[in-house]
Amino acid sequence: MSTEVRPRPVRFRGRSYLAFSLAPEPPIADWLTDLDAAISRSSGFFVGRPAVLDLAHTALSQPAIALLIQELESRDIRIMGIEGAESADLGPGLPPLLTSGRPASGGELVRSAPEVKDKPTPKAPEPPPGSLLVEAPVRSGQTIYYPNGDVVVLGSVGSGAEVVAGGSIHIYGALRGRAMAGASGNAKARIFCRKIEAELLAIGGYYRTVDDLEDDLRNRPVQAWLDGNAMLIAALE
Amino acid sequence: MAKVVVVTSGKGGVGKTTSTAGLGTALAQTGQTVVVVDFDVGLRNLDLVLGAERRVVFDFINVVQGAVKLHQALIRDKRVETLWLLPASQTRDKDALSDEGVARVIAELRTRFDWILCDSPAGIERGATLAMRHADAAVIVTNPEVSSVRDSDRIIGLLDSKTEKAERGERIDKHILITRYDAGRASRGEMLNITDVLEILSLPLLGIIPESEEVLRASNLGTPVVLNNPASPPARAYLEAARRLMGEQLDVKVPSEKRGLFTKLFGRRAA
Repeated sequence: MSTEVRPRPVRFRGRSYLAFSLAPEPPIADWLTDLDAAISRSSGFFVGRPAVLDLAHTALSQPAIALLIQELESRDIRIMGIEGAESADLGPGLPPLLTSGRPASGGELVRSAPEVKDKPTPKAPEPPPGSLLVEAPVRSGQTIYYPNGDVVVLGSVGSGAEVVAGGSIHIYGALRGRAMAGASGNAKARIFCRKIEAELLAIGGYYRTVDDLEDDLRNRPVQAWLDGNAMLIAALE
Repeated sequence: MAKVVVVTSGKGGVGKTTSTAGLGTALAQTGQTVVVVDFDVGLRNLDLVLGAERRVVFDFINVVQGAVKLHQALIRDKRVETLWLLPASQTRDKDALSDEGVARVIAELRTRFDWILCDSPAGIERGATLAMRHADAAVIVTNPEVSSVRDSDRIIGLLDSKTEKAERGERIDKHILITRYDAGRASRGEMLNITDVLEILSLPLLGIIPESEEVLRASNLGTPVVLNNPASPPARAYLEAARRLMGEQLDVKVPSEKRGLFTKLFGRRAA
């Protein structure tokens, strides 16, 4: 039948973003004056960069929080979430409460701020390397999880083993288990392997079991990539 | 230097106990002192295969818990005088083994024997991980079929992460022992062939034990096949595997199907 109705799948994906967190310290009026001075040195710093308001050092009432957010918006700083407050303190008109934030290296504005100036600049934590090299075969039951980039496996990936990468997956052996590339939603990620006998492939949230693989691709070197909503698999040579 | 070898597989029924007895006996026949330790607490079999079931007084659990001395539980084989057995308890379960107790017993065995062969229970739970914990080398027993090979792959992953050596960042020597190999069925594609198994597991081959009635007959008699019929193909395969375990370089011959003149001339009898 040509008029088959297919339910359209709804996709949810976890994503993390880097955001600036502003932590006002009482008295708030003085803190706003300091902030104005910092903004005047690097105007436009907050343009297009929504920020998170960290209220851990303050004890503000709900109307005071609303007023502070208004003050910040008048300086073109848009607050997309609040952390360090009780959810009971936040009314329906205020941004949502965020939890489980982790520190990242600071932005320029923070480094040029007067109170940090005379301290030595803290060394930024070393950025994670762009790829993970696995020199041994990945055995059944093992999971390699590397959300920061590509995974390169020099051996085979056994049946029942799993490789999950934020970027692409390169396997210089047979792929007999599962490979999930672009695990955090990167649709440009690809999967490469020397020999495909895989159980399951996934790219950017789209899954495909390899049960229905064309016979002429079986046991050959292939790559898999996403073309819109479809996962394509083609021989490499 | 004593060497602790775990005989393991993940899957049950592939021939761990038979292989422990076969390799242990073959090693002992060279004059080295060997103890085979049954880690399959609650389902002990090694005593039966070695024909020592009516000589068990104390067992591994008694020693681990400090109730008796090690020499009270060790049973000396009547045929090969350098072969000893440390039997498991049949009435207890794996929870009766404590980490410290096992470590202490293995350390004491190291001072008395050249080879300590640990017969692992099936599975990947406590019993199996305790059996591999102190190993210097592992013999992974695999049948040429997909489920056994995948379970072996799983066990190899554990050997690389849960053993003391692995935790110190060292690697333990791992060998594949293929058992129950039927040349006829492999040639007809009813079994994985040796190349497939080794490609999937990517480890060196210790030996290929052919499927044989001799093995079952010997087990039922309580005599390892190496002693019961030393000239039989499985006995010869265990003897050669033991020599490879001792470091000798020997080529592994893939058993081929033996066909008599009759079948050669007239083909297989119609079923």
